[in-house]
Amino acid sequence: MYRYDEFDARFVAERVEQFRGQVARRLTGELTEDQFKPLRLMNGLYLQLHAYMLRVAVPYGTLSPKQLRMLAHVARKYDKGYGHFTTRQNIQFNWPRLVDVPDILADLATVEMHAIQTSGNCIRNVTADHFAGAAADEIEDPRPIAEIIRQWSSLHPEFSFLPRKFKIAVSGAAHDRAALKFHDMAVEIVRNGAGETGYRVYVGGGMGRTPYVGYVVSDFVAKPDILSFLEAVMRVYNEQGRRDNLFKARIKILANALGADEMRRQVAVEFEEIRTSGTLTVPAEELARIDAYFAPPEFEDLPDDPADGADGMPRDIPGVDPDFLATNVHPHRAKGYCIVTISLKPIGGVPGDATAEQMDALADLMDEHGMAEIRVSHEQNLVLPHVRRKDLPAIHARLTELGLATPNAGLITDIIACPGLDYCDLANARSIPIAQKIAERFADLDRQHHIGELKIKISGCINACGHHHAGHIGILGVDKKGVEFYQLQLGGSGAEDASIGEILGPGFGKDEIADAVERVVEAYLTLRQGPDERFLDTYRRVGIVPFKNVAYGQDLHAAY
Amino acid sequence: MARQMLTANRLRDGAVLYWRGGGWVETLAEGEVHADPAAADAALAAAQSFVARNEVVGTYLFDVQPDGTPVKEREIIRARGPSVRDPILRKDGGKQAAAPVPPVPEDPYNVSI
Repeated sequence: MYRYDEFDARFVAERVEQFRGQVARRLTGELTEDQFKPLRLMNGLYLQLHAYMLRVAVPYGTLSPKQLRMLAHVARKYDKGYGHFTTRQNIQFNWPRLVDVPDILADLATVEMHAIQTSGNCIRNVTADHFAGAAADEIEDPRPIAEIIRQWSSLHPEFSFLPRKFKIAVSGAAHDRAALKFHDMAVEIVRNGAGETGYRVYVGGGMGRTPYVGYVVSDFVAKPDILSFLEAVMRVYNEQGRRDNLFKARIKILANALGADEMRRQVAVEFEEIRTSGTLTVPAEELARIDAYFAPPEFEDLPDDPADGADGMPRDIPGVDPDFLATNVHPHRAKGYCIVTISLKPIGGVPGDATAEQMDALADLMDEHGMAEIRVSHEQNLVLPHVRRKDLPAIHARLTELGLATPNAGLITDIIACPGLDYCDLANARSIPIAQKIAERFADLDRQHHIGELKIKISGCINACGHHHAGHIGILGVDKKGVEFYQLQLGGSGAEDASIGEILGPGFGKDEIADAVERVVEAYLTLRQGPDERFLDTYRRVGIVPFKNVAYGQDLHAAY
Repeated sequence: MARQMLTANRLRDGAVLYWRGGGWVETLAEGEVHADPAAADAALAAAQSFVARNEVVGTYLFDVQPDGTPVKEREIIRARGPSVRDPILRKDGGKQAAAPVPPVPEDPYNVSI
């Protein structure tokens, strides 16, 4: 893992003390709320529906046991005993007192964590593929470049007052687990025709009120040039982004207005200017230094099992729930290892929640099995990236005791949901209770496996923190005269086949939406051409019409 | 004319507060319902002294029904605490959850299908 150098440590410590002073000045009235608000937001502190909320960054989703224990400590000492992992690899605490926040930040700084740039019109926490460094389909670990981007973008004077917030994701694998095309900018590690690794850069993706799938602004940027290139994109955005209209200020609006060709042209002009000046080349030795922090653990030379499936995955391990093996255990790049998804989606639970006790116990489990890292996924789960398969029975048994072995990763009950109207000041409708209701409706595991991969994503307002545009089934909460309604969207995807879901029609009441989802799913089961055809594939084959009929209570039309 | 109540957050800890008799209480049930818009505006104006003294932030009026039930779901949830059901993980109904609250009104907008 990356370790703070002297500069990083001093910078974060100074920032904590600055904020301590700002809080003190706010409490005495030396700072008004209008003066204080941007300062607290720059430190990840919101005032939500019921209380303050602190959003803490988990850069590229990687945590050590020590950091996980600190999050448990914060949850226990300053909050209500739990933390909530978000769709951007952050963790949120829902109930901190303003007067405690400087102490919380000081505690976090002792384990090299902070809340800087988790809010505000700046470059936010850089997210990454949660299987980074472990995935069998990976070209290269994306976290070193994520860390370089993090350092470059932290308090960058040119990009601290952007037209609007700016989110960057990185991935090094063919299968997009980081929702690259729904980010303001994204970096994908690729190989060119000569076999060299470099970066494909996407720009202009986003969700919210005006969703767009990002497009490629460069197919291949050489490694030393990457910061110059990203800076060129930022300059185009900083200069031309719509500061006059909050709803049109994200880069996706500019990118769509300019079009791909003009955007590429303008970026190329800026890139050339920066590259000529030579100020932003990443030195090879610095790349190597950062790389070293992310060196994989020394994998033991472990045998594969002859009984493994064609994908190298174990089919049967005594003592491990076969359903867990089927959904929560994934291929690893090293023989004898696997990746384990820890579902934070127990049936009827709150998507993304972990208690202080669970976080502490997971840290202990990591120590017991020599695992230095755990990951936070944008799908609001945790991931153990390097698990010896021979340890799986013991790990599965412990996860079961902790209530963390729900075998539903990627299934219909593995639902993403934003905090919604239960917590968020911006929300129009509740998300979490809808997720709970749907999960309970589909609790039967055999039924979930029968349905197969199906991603439901729920947002409580148009800002789309719950990624509803990218859900195979997306649900958007809206407000009509103070009452919650829910729109259904079908056919979205946040993966490499990214697409924006299509709105089905008028909204459903809060007591109707689970029924509507169930009817859509039953229609899919009737329509699909076999168990291997996912919901998304069926939707793309037959279109929205048959689902529209059944969602509103009609029978599936005889033509289908 | 809709009746109104006045709410804010306490600066130090963010707690939700309701206006009553020239000061603040911590539950909706104890809060003051203003039948007269002029009285509601007067309460809002009076509350600014608490803002000026850095005791509260985010003062605003919201509509309630004659029995004091907020018109909007948002304010019902703000008064009662999160509606999330999770007795194991989340014990954060908030202090409001322990207080007597008005019943949630029948939802006239559910789509009948």
